[in-house]
Amino acid sequence: MAQEITDEMVDSLEILAKLDLSGEERKRVKRDLGQMLDYIGRMNRLDTEGVEPLYHVTSQVNVFREDEEEGSAGREEILAGAPEAMEGCFRVPRTVE
Amino acid sequence: MREIRRWPAAELAGRIKKREIKAGEAAAAYLEQLRTAEPELNSFITVDEEGAMAQADRIQALVDRGEDAGPLAGVPVAIKDNLCTRGLGTTCASRMLADFVPFYEATAVERLRAAGAVILGKTNMDEFAMGSTSETSAFGPVKNPWNTAHVPGGSSGGSCAAVAAGQSLCALGSDTGGSIRQPSSYCGVVGLKPTYGTVSRWGLVAYASSLDQIGPIARNVEDCALLLQAISGGDRRDSTCLGREDTDFAAGLTEDVRGLRIGIVSDYFDQGLDEQVASAVRRAAGILQRQGALVEETALSLAEYAVPAYYTIACAEASSNLSRFDGVKYGYRAGAQEGLHAMYRRTRTEGFGTEVKRRIVLGSFVLSSGYYEAYYEKALRVKALIVKAFDEALSRFDLLLGPVSPTTAPLLGNTGENPLQMYLSDIYTVSVNLAGLPAISLPCGLDAEGLPIGLQLIGRRFGEQTILRAARAYEKACGGFALSPMAERGQEAAGSEEGRKRDEKSPDGTEGKGGMPA
Repeated sequence: MAQEITDEMVDSLEILAKLDLSGEERKRVKRDLGQMLDYIGRMNRLDTEGVEPLYHVTSQVNVFREDEEEGSAGREEILAGAPEAMEGCFRVPRTVE
Repeated sequence: MREIRRWPAAELAGRIKKREIKAGEAAAAYLEQLRTAEPELNSFITVDEEGAMAQADRIQALVDRGEDAGPLAGVPVAIKDNLCTRGLGTTCASRMLADFVPFYEATAVERLRAAGAVILGKTNMDEFAMGSTSETSAFGPVKNPWNTAHVPGGSSGGSCAAVAAGQSLCALGSDTGGSIRQPSSYCGVVGLKPTYGTVSRWGLVAYASSLDQIGPIARNVEDCALLLQAISGGDRRDSTCLGREDTDFAAGLTEDVRGLRIGIVSDYFDQGLDEQVASAVRRAAGILQRQGALVEETALSLAEYAVPAYYTIACAEASSNLSRFDGVKYGYRAGAQEGLHAMYRRTRTEGFGTEVKRRIVLGSFVLSSGYYEAYYEKALRVKALIVKAFDEALSRFDLLLGPVSPTTAPLLGNTGENPLQMYLSDIYTVSVNLAGLPAISLPCGLDAEGLPIGLQLIGRRFGEQTILRAARAYEKACGGFALSPMAERGQEAAGSEEGRKRDEKSPDGTEGKGGMPA
């Protein structure tokens, strides 16, 4: 059965995904998400009782290295790619009143 | 000039090192072909003519001084535009990164340069590698060099088209769910997705980190092995990179498949597979059998669950990975906004294309409270079963054999409104990524329309040597693989403007500064 995508669900996804979904785009998201959920819901036909979720295929757990000091990119190099910079910092719109 | 482009990588590097030709002549020959074919194909986003000629000069200087110029001395390579190149734009075919110029280099690219390769430019792709046709690019679609009415596949469509059209001798791509193998199949070139952890992902713009691997795309098996050898090996900057020491892929390349056990994956031949693809793949299996391989059918099961599990996991990881594009540190930022959150939202809404947003939304959903267990964790359980099924099959066989994709390259413009149909073109490739295994795509004939068909060989974890050996045996028995007719076409039409620097396109698909000669 199709998973119904409500406006409340899209509102919450907008917040999670940091996207504005309005007008045509909202309609499309509702349709596409419903279709995709129907499709991936197929997984439920497969019995996975007792199967542990597998996060990684390699057996590595933690990879440690020596804590050695090394150079990193310079501030100017990094800020050169920023949409807006000021006085050696990233500049963003006002966040507190 | 045309003769230069006939030589495979080892031969070209050898001739440059023996000073039979200059590295600059090789670079110029490829750049000329690149310009000739580019107006029809759109396989590049950035062409770095100046950088390529400068690197060729450096290689030549090493040769002239009698120093070792590397195994890929003067070999022209094209780089998928999701691999960071220092000082050279890296767009991921997205408006979000249209003006992004990295100040660091991907490990794989750094290693190619150290091996002597000459980087011609950055190839077009599906936006953030999300797509199977290279039509989701913000820089316009790539065309298939075998027939420009068709897609080249994706997401590494530009890299594969460039190799097939002789615009570059070889290329790098990335493969998250088939993004090297499927376009290699559609374009009739050789593309290998290595075992997860073989190639460092440092500097690869992440799509789904547990599945992404960088790999080589070439016109023959030996070049593919050479390129893989150059980019493999440990890297402290990527902790998932395993530091393999068995990376002597080219030197160990033999073509003896006698006694090799190859399983034909019978489930892949069920409904949905084009008959011409099925018979070409079976014919290829017969060729390997005549070379002495022990070929029999085997069931793999779970094929129908691979795409659903793949999209759940890949989109979940993508929604997390792409949260870094927020208009603060790099990339696009939407115009004046009231407050930080509005800026984030407008930036991402305007910066990402439809398919990317579709996947971020799905990923956000399957990770959200109340749905996490039902979708994301379920997919990880399905993945565990898929891994087990592969382990079981590969305990009985050295290699598994099947098609790469259910059909040959579809027509352009057919998948935009039906994403599910596009997703299904990856049905035979995604499970290999879920299991972290290596696999290759090899050309195995043309369909009635003259479009290439791909053969897939899947190996055990770390089984690249075996894959390459069987691939080489198959290639030899076929008498080699042909490039697209476009690669052979004359170069009379080529523009040869002097002093042109770097061609960069703008994200609406039109040509920007410099522009390509018509």
